[in-house]
Amino acid sequence: MIKEKYDVLVIGAGPAGSVTARFAAENGASVLMLERDREAGIPVRCAEGVSHNGIVPFIELDEKWIAAKINIAKLHSPNGETAVMRNNGAGYVLERRIFDTALCDLAAEKGAEFITKADALDLVWEDGKIAGVKFKYMGEIKTVKCDIVIGADGVESRVGRWAGIKTAVRLEDIDTCVQYTLSGLEIDDEACDFYFGQNISPGGYVWIFPKSKTTANVGIGIAGHLAKDKSPKEYLDKFVEEHFPNAKINYTVYGGVPTAATLKEIVKDNIMLVGDAARQVNPITGGGIVQAMIAARIAGKLVAEAVKAKRFDAKFLKKYPQEWDKILGHSQKTMFDMKEKFMTLTDDKFNSIVEFCQKVPEDQFSLKALFMEAVKGDPMLMLDVAKSFVVSKMKLK
Amino acid sequence: MKINRDLCDVCGTCVAVCPADAIVVSEFEVNIDDEKCIKCMNCVTVCPIKAISEGE
Ligand SMILES: Cc1cc2nc3c(=O)[nH]c(=O)nc-3n(C[C@H](O)[C@H](O)[C@H](O)COP(=O)(O)OP(=O)(O)OC[C@H]3O[C@@H](n4cnc5c(N)ncnc54)[C@H](O)[C@@H]3O)c2cc1C
Repeated sequence: MIKEKYDVLVIGAGPAGSVTARFAAENGASVLMLERDREAGIPVRCAEGVSHNGIVPFIELDEKWIAAKINIAKLHSPNGETAVMRNNGAGYVLERRIFDTALCDLAAEKGAEFITKADALDLVWEDGKIAGVKFKYMGEIKTVKCDIVIGADGVESRVGRWAGIKTAVRLEDIDTCVQYTLSGLEIDDEACDFYFGQNISPGGYVWIFPKSKTTANVGIGIAGHLAKDKSPKEYLDKFVEEHFPNAKINYTVYGGVPTAATLKEIVKDNIMLVGDAARQVNPITGGGIVQAMIAARIAGKLVAEAVKAKRFDAKFLKKYPQEWDKILGHSQKTMFDMKEKFMTLTDDKFNSIVEFCQKVPEDQFSLKALFMEAVKGDPMLMLDVAKSFVVSKMKLK
Repeated sequence: MKINRDLCDVCGTCVAVCPADAIVVSEFEVNIDDEKCIKCMNCVTVCPIKAISEGE
């Protein structure tokens, strides 16, 4: 039975929502999480790649949701050269449909309530304040009251908009994506492949993330503003035709990745935004799972504190963006500045980066060295980058 | 704006780039409110499968 009122209503049951719900419930708040779809994690609009270090703080590793263990990344230049980077135990390709459910189960274990097929339609206001959520559930319009709403509703987020937060991103700051899950392949199941080039994937990259020795997520993301004349699907079809002419497509998904910096405003009185809804993705890699969970842990713990203190005003909730900036937000901003530079790189530059990488021993890679090569011989670019490094004081490994 | 429902995968990418809050996604469907729409064409550009076009 759904109660009339909860301390916290979480909209969306992706990693952002379920992890927020868990930390809020664990620390004493009453929580209801609403998910529009039939099941958390489905459809899987994701390449499913995560780093080992990123996920272990949040959940005990379980073979059930690990499809492949990744030790190698391969960068492919426009002119067909390959650089191999080895980092043993670096990461996994997940089964996100199972992973997302496991995160929801954890939230439920800690006492959060969770319903699916519950589509949030609007906020409920009382005396000019957010006081609940209106949603459609089993064909009926319902309202539930709360002290605080968590907008964890993904790239398509509208919760923030309802509260008057500007969430729209520029065309330049979204990658438009298509992904096939291909079968009938013969691939190395410990390697992730990345392909770059103006004619391959303008402003983004093509990925091959293995799910086994014979199946893989093969997808593409291209920068929104470069997708006017040609859709990502056309680029991907050409790539698959060239590289895997005999593969079978088992599953197709479409989706968008916000490659922006975190929104300026992610809290207001009685509301917080988390995950893709807050645009907390890594703007270079497009990875957002771990980022969402890190933000969610901060948000969930703070929400529980807010419940205890009966303080739901923006001033109190500001601790969340402050903490986020410290842990990841600042470095995300640096990544965003780097992404802006990456967008301007020519194919020649990508060729020289990969050529440079080939000379580095397989296991001695760093993003910083790679980036330094990218900006070499371009003093203005160097200066810009130096500035953003100083501003964020970020240590890139 | 017109949505080709046979193509649309309800991925919500269009919502993220809409400056007018004219697009609503439900579990099964995307809808564009023509009254709110300012015809900026962001959604048309960004749709991964080009399911959106100008028209009623
Ligand atoms: C093609 C593609 C490939 C990607 N590959 C990777 C990758 O390899 N690694 C990685 O780390 N990240 C990847 N990402 C990004 C990653 O998927 C997201 O960053 C991550 O899912 C964000 O989690 P979230 O909880 O914020 O949002 P989501 O996982 O999108 O969850 C949001 C949830 O909210 C629900 N919802 C939305 N509106 C409502 C509403 N009104 N009422 C109720 N529920 C609602 C949705 O149904 C959804 O379940 C990829 C993204 C795409 C599109």
